[in-house]
Amino acid sequence: MRLVKGRPRCLTGAGFLYCPGCHHGIVLRLVAETIDELGIAAKAVMVTSIGCSVRCWTNLDIDACQGAHGRGLAVATGIKRASPGSVVFTYQGDGDLAAIGMAETLHAAARGEAVTVIFVNNAVFGATGGQMAPTTLLGMKTSTYPEGRDARHTGYPIRVAELLASLEGVTYSARVAVNSPARVREASRAVRKAFLAQMDKEGFGIVEVLSACPVNLKLSPVEALKWIDDAMIPCFPLGVFQER
Amino acid sequence: MKGPEIAPRTMMKGNEALAEGALRGGCRFYFGYPITPQNELLEYMAVHLPRCGGVFLQTESELAAISMVYGVASTGRRAMTSSSSPGISLMQEGISYLASAELPCLIVNITRGSPGLGRITPAQSDYFQAVKGGGHGDYRLIVLAPVGVQEMADFACEAFELAERYRAPVMILGDGIVGQMMEPVRLPCPVDPGETPVARWAVGEWSRPRARRNLVLSAPLTDPELRQMNLDLQEKYHRIAQAETRYEAYRTEDAEMVIVAFGIAARLSMEAVDSLRDQGVRAGLLRPITLWPFPSRALEDLSGRVLGFLVVEMNEGQMVEDVCACSLGRAPVGFLGGGGGFVPTPAQIAKRALSMLGGVPA
Ligand code: SF4
Repeated sequence: MRLVKGRPRCLTGAGFLYCPGCHHGIVLRLVAETIDELGIAAKAVMVTSIGCSVRCWTNLDIDACQGAHGRGLAVATGIKRASPGSVVFTYQGDGDLAAIGMAETLHAAARGEAVTVIFVNNAVFGATGGQMAPTTLLGMKTSTYPEGRDARHTGYPIRVAELLASLEGVTYSARVAVNSPARVREASRAVRKAFLAQMDKEGFGIVEVLSACPVNLKLSPVEALKWIDDAMIPCFPLGVFQER
Repeated sequence: MKGPEIAPRTMMKGNEALAEGALRGGCRFYFGYPITPQNELLEYMAVHLPRCGGVFLQTESELAAISMVYGVASTGRRAMTSSSSPGISLMQEGISYLASAELPCLIVNITRGSPGLGRITPAQSDYFQAVKGGGHGDYRLIVLAPVGVQEMADFACEAFELAERYRAPVMILGDGIVGQMMEPVRLPCPVDPGETPVARWAVGEWSRPRARRNLVLSAPLTDPELRQMNLDLQEKYHRIAQAETRYEAYRTEDAEMVIVAFGIAARLSMEAVDSLRDQGVRAGLLRPITLWPFPSRALEDLSGRVLGFLVVEMNEGQMVEDVCACSLGRAPVGFLGGGGGFVPTPAQIAKRALSMLGGVPA
């Protein structure tokens, strides 16, 4: 038998601290594989903040720095400016990046900071128990809007990948999903490009990954995969929105 | 990296002297957002940091500025920010994180007067915020209160040594007067940041190679670890209080009335002490240089033998609470102060001290 893929070297081996059916594990594995392939474990610095993504430092065996909710890209800016030889990336959820941290996100992108963003969009605040996020779909029920999100009251979902792609400082911006094997392979290529945007082009790279939060969606893991196809992708189309 | 270009002895504004002192202290990273009355500091850094091979960045907000400081500090490099009261309030989130992650840096607050927007009038109304925590959690900052332009430069330079010795953020708390006034200053000798030792705990490529990854964490995963982290922090604050409490005692040896004041209020009080002495009153001044750690011991010792303390502050009465606690009820504590731009004159201070001694009515 031939081993096609083993466990990425830069995973610590600690168990993933995520709920059954959660996609964080897949996304982190893709990041780990990319770090291995690019041979950058010794100079990678991960910036984590708050929400379900906060514990990713337990899984990736690389330097990590934990900032405050939403401030990931400001922290990453400081690290990259002080240590330009490092490969710096943030690992952020939608509440973190698009709600409380939108200012830091937009301005780091506009400055064209040479950092990479792994943005996990599951349309909800996961860790705090399923409240509305800026990416929550219209009509979608959350613990703070049990009747469903109403645009007249709470506005519209924010499409981060397209929004950032409109800024000149952004070198690479794409949206992917990880709800099928083919999509996982596509997502893997996008993660690699977002890192190469930083390493080869000294630019800002972001990958938005559509992801399931079965617990807060109150769906089984398999139903959640289908929900991404049926509900999320129509609102958040997959694709590459900027590549310079 | 090239060093500073300014002559060692020169006439400078307080804010500029602080900036130059920080540069000479090896600071090569500045992040800030404009707010009066500290803009000269930011503008000085904008001009001089790039010349020294450093990074100046005007940020989108104070939140971003302090988080960028957090990022640089986590690489073990010397970083600072500066702001004024409302801006410092925004930074409190990041300051609490810096304290918990035990990251060294310099934060400068050239204060405004009153809560809310305030105005740029001289005031010392951020004493509570600076010394009692400020942000969430149970932490302390080392807080230095300069009395003039010379100390603005000296403290900025020393702040990085202190911050690194204890892996803790250091704050310089000044008011509009120390920021804006000009005085001759002898600038400290420059430190070459390239020669400062590599922090063993730092993240980032420059501190490689090493066998293991480094983690800069604000909170551990489990409750026992969290408890231990809090105990370790408190133990550190205890060590800082033992070793770094600084104050200036002026003519206190035989004093029967001791004025307690910090920053510019102390400078004005010093004149009041001299004029009281001229009138035959044995007056003295105790000036806390570190507002935290507070010179409690010195005040306790004095409380056994003075007839009273007079606390002079440019706020509605904040440090006076700490002086009351230290006097242990053994000596009466009077207060002269006010918020919103009140600046006491030496004559007012002397008169209030005399009235406490039963000399003339206040
Ligand atoms: S709450 Fe949602 S996002 Fe968080 S770990 Fe569970 S499934 Fe994943």
